[in-house]
Amino acid sequence: MNWLETIRTGVNGVRSHRLRSFLTVLGILIGIAGVIIAVGLGEGASGQVTSEINALGSNVLTITAGSSTSSTGVRGALGSASTLTLADANALSSRVDAPDIKAVAAITSDTEVLSAGSETATTSVQGTTPSWLTVRGRTLAEGRFIDNEDVQDHSAVAVLGATTASELFSRADPLGQTVDVNGVPVTVVGVLTSTGSASTSSSSTSDPDDLMVIPISTGAERIFGGTTRNSVTQIAVQSRSSQDLSGAYQEADHLLLQLHGITNPTDADFTITSEQSLLATNTSVDHTLTILLGGIAAISLIVGGIGVMNIMLVSVTERIREIGLRKALGATPRVIRRQFLVEATFLGLIGGILGVVAGLLGVLYLPGLIGDPISTSPTAAVGALAIALAIGVLFGVYPASRAAALAPIDALRNE
Amino acid sequence: MTTPPMGTPLVGGDTVIELERVTKVYRTGSISVAALRGVSLTISQGEYVAIIGPSGSGKSTLMHILGCLDIPTSGRYHLAGEDVSRMSETSLAEVRNRRIGFVFQQFNLLASMTAWQNVELPLVYAGVPRAERRERAVEALGRVGLAGRIHHRPGELSGGQQQRVAVARALVSEPDLILADEPTGNLDSVSAADVLRLMGELHAAGRTLVLITHDVEVASSAGRVVGIRDGLLTENDERYLESIR
Repeated sequence: MNWLETIRTGVNGVRSHRLRSFLTVLGILIGIAGVIIAVGLGEGASGQVTSEINALGSNVLTITAGSSTSSTGVRGALGSASTLTLADANALSSRVDAPDIKAVAAITSDTEVLSAGSETATTSVQGTTPSWLTVRGRTLAEGRFIDNEDVQDHSAVAVLGATTASELFSRADPLGQTVDVNGVPVTVVGVLTSTGSASTSSSSTSDPDDLMVIPISTGAERIFGGTTRNSVTQIAVQSRSSQDLSGAYQEADHLLLQLHGITNPTDADFTITSEQSLLATNTSVDHTLTILLGGIAAISLIVGGIGVMNIMLVSVTERIREIGLRKALGATPRVIRRQFLVEATFLGLIGGILGVVAGLLGVLYLPGLIGDPISTSPTAAVGALAIALAIGVLFGVYPASRAAALAPIDALRNE
Repeated sequence: MTTPPMGTPLVGGDTVIELERVTKVYRTGSISVAALRGVSLTISQGEYVAIIGPSGSGKSTLMHILGCLDIPTSGRYHLAGEDVSRMSETSLAEVRNRRIGFVFQQFNLLASMTAWQNVELPLVYAGVPRAERRERAVEALGRVGLAGRIHHRPGELSGGQQQRVAVARALVSEPDLILADEPTGNLDSVSAADVLRLMGELHAAGRTLVLITHDVEVASSAGRVVGIRDGLLTENDERYLESIR
């Protein structure tokens, strides 16, 4: 008997027990779909983090106010204290004291309600200096960025992120239009190029295209208010190159400790973070997540495989007369073994194909429900299919050998 | 004895079955049960032989040995000139496929397959091409009077018709021997007579048939009756036949 006949016989065996075959492959189906979605989630998340980090600018250190330890020993939250000042930013710009630092942008930021005509938008408003554009690695889609004169004159001008611009002005040209911020009318002079990393489901705060940039002086004097007009929320520092990043870190740390008169570095009232460290942390978190989800999916696959073996063993017992008859009619043990092996493999294959389909559907529709991107991975799909096949073969070997070893007279005697 | 080349048709007078002092002992732990205690039997091409015996007589064991479903503990068994008493399971499967057509009490048809698919099964294992298999299966069904039922599944056929399908399956590979084990055991008297008539027709057509039964009426349809009792054969023993009637 050739392989074609063997496969035909095996496939017919599966087809004549449709419901049972389907329930058998359910375990494999779930496992395979799980693997595809888990891998997709992991890859999607790390892809999102990478693009978000890239959007923040390269070779950048962020110095955040706060983390001062109060007299009671409680460490303050990031940004909770107003310990960073414009003077700090100016000191960091010094070529002499900080040779590895290329550009410095002091940033004060707050969330404000913007209105233009009947449209309103709640957005992060950042008051900063002209160097912000290079430090953040951004470009302009149209118009100009804020310049030094704007900062000097406290000009009521603003540059909008792509998302904010389209929210306020839809398709109309925002240049020259007036936006009302906290009762202060400002004129739009430029629009930033979209970073392309904004996902529709992301919250507005993490969307790098949803913001308004104004001169830092305008923000301090006319919009944000507050008591300490010289304090800033953040200082973004760009090093000359990625090799100079650690040098820039040490210079900034040293300079600020000196300026703030702090001798013990553990008492620092500021925190310096690099985007690379954020990226590393996030990637390792995603990696752990992928391994965890993948592990659960793998366990499900093993359980599915045991399900296949269980049903194949039941099938061998149930079809003992059929096996006896086939042997009486001339089926050799090898032919019987192959028949049951083909059935198990076929079950694995069906489970694998259905699982890949279910997984791809999940990848297609889940992002809309959970708000996280999931990427499709052809490698994961092909790999999962191969695993499903292997499971069918692996867990089919024992039941098939049991069937092959049955003596024809014992099999025929069975009532 | 020389072994004729494979596929050589036997002619009348040739020996199909030759059993020489065959024994079969079953061992279960320390207990040995001798089911056959030295059986010698010769059956020629074209004979119609009934083997009759009550349950426990060794009848089933003899049927298993004759059908190459089991091998003897000692003694020799030549089937169509081929010594099959020491063969491996794989070789026995090939011998069964080539030389023997089985008819069972339980019909043993596969429920998910149509009549012709059931009939073609021995040819599948013999490696006969698909088109030829189907042609021969349909022809065999025609010979048992089921030409109009080739696409019916066993569940759609009466008991008598199912047994006819089984007979067609036994015929389809043109075997040297048709071995029927209580073929009428599960049938009503009308269907039973019908199947026995079919067996008679096959005998008339020159087939070698061995019918195993416990029923003297059934056995009497054969040309030659061999009794079995306590693992030994008795032939032409009227008193024995009378005793089990």
